[in-house]
Amino acid sequence: MSAMRPHAPFIAGLAQIGACGIFLLQILRAVPRSLRYARETVRQIFFVGAMSLVIIMTCGLFVGMVLGLQLYHTLSIFGGTAALGTVVALSLYRELGPVVTALLFAGRAGTSITAEIGLMRATDQLDAMEMMAVDPLAYVIAPRFLAGIVAMPLLACTFNALGILGAHLVGVSWLGLDNGTFWSNMTSNVDVWDDVINGVWKSLAFGAVVTLIATFQGYTTPPTSEGVAYATTRTVVYSSIATLALDFVMTAFLM
Amino acid sequence: MAQRQSFQIGTGAFILLGFLALGYLATQTTSLANYRQGDSYALKARFTNVGQLKLRAPVKVAGVRVGSVSDIKLEPDKLDALVTLSIDKHYAQIPDDSAAAVFTSGLLGDQYVALQPGGSPEMFKDGDEVVLTQSSMQLEELIGKYLVGQGDKPADKSAADKGAATDKPADKKPQK
Repeated sequence: MSAMRPHAPFIAGLAQIGACGIFLLQILRAVPRSLRYARETVRQIFFVGAMSLVIIMTCGLFVGMVLGLQLYHTLSIFGGTAALGTVVALSLYRELGPVVTALLFAGRAGTSITAEIGLMRATDQLDAMEMMAVDPLAYVIAPRFLAGIVAMPLLACTFNALGILGAHLVGVSWLGLDNGTFWSNMTSNVDVWDDVINGVWKSLAFGAVVTLIATFQGYTTPPTSEGVAYATTRTVVYSSIATLALDFVMTAFLM
Repeated sequence: MAQRQSFQIGTGAFILLGFLALGYLATQTTSLANYRQGDSYALKARFTNVGQLKLRAPVKVAGVRVGSVSDIKLEPDKLDALVTLSIDKHYAQIPDDSAAAVFTSGLLGDQYVALQPGGSPEMFKDGDEVVLTQSSMQLEELIGKYLVGQGDKPADKSAADKGAATDKPADKKPQK
């Protein structure tokens, strides 16, 4: 039936966005009720945050090392290798830290949230909860949403710190840049509010968006194994697009 | 129960690590790192032109950072820029006939205030004014001068480079 109407996919996409917006409002309304299940939120922070630390830290280190190498090479063309620390810190804090962390977070934590909630839906656990007068929005969705918002900035900060370490390793220990130059240039050009906290705001927003998409995809998945598989894929695709698009908008506003 | 507890310990450790990372980023890699020296005293200096000097720009003696620019404002009557330098208490041994100059680090780098030590036995105290000052060197002005008065007095330029030229007549030149 929909094959006869070429604009049907567009309408369906619009409906998805609308449903996602309504879902966000429902989550926000469920947040006060979910405070009763604070222990569950703590457990979720452990799963989406602490369990993601290894991948975040490894990737942060390597991203920092690559930045150090690439920028050293590029800056040496202009004789500006002294600015290495500044450039690495600014690009990490303002862009790469929040964005790469969000992409990794979508792959590491977003997918597991979608798959878990999707399987709960497929095995009727969510309906069973409602039968027992436990609101799944307050008990399942809101704790994961809150955990994502709490975990993302912390993960992004860890990523940044490891990135700086990686750049220092390459720039100073390997390529022989002066240690004092590296740090003093960084400290004189990086601002707490404009750069570090700016990145924290971004990662807060990305955490909210990624977990919103992950929980929404899980909650509304068709209750089949195929449906859960597609929902998991959609979580990664949509979160990545949303993160990068939102990054552009936020950069334009926070600049 | 034991499992529940390990979740909480893990979460606590994670949150602690995240905030430690944030604290590290905020205090060690930003301009906040330059504030930790603690107490400072203020010096004032008048410049006819501070160029692109910014708040919190470093104040250096012999290339070593000793403080920062804490205030820049215009003096309404003389139309001079009144710059307040806050110097770390650590470096209290700066002779009171030292000269201040606005320099640029590198050709296109940020501007900073360089203090060139004089020879006076008296040291600067809180609130003192640096009398000998040298304005920021405007690249455009230099180019303009060079283009108009080709080879006017090349000696002038080299003297200015060494920081010996001052805005105000000085009876004692800073030693170089």
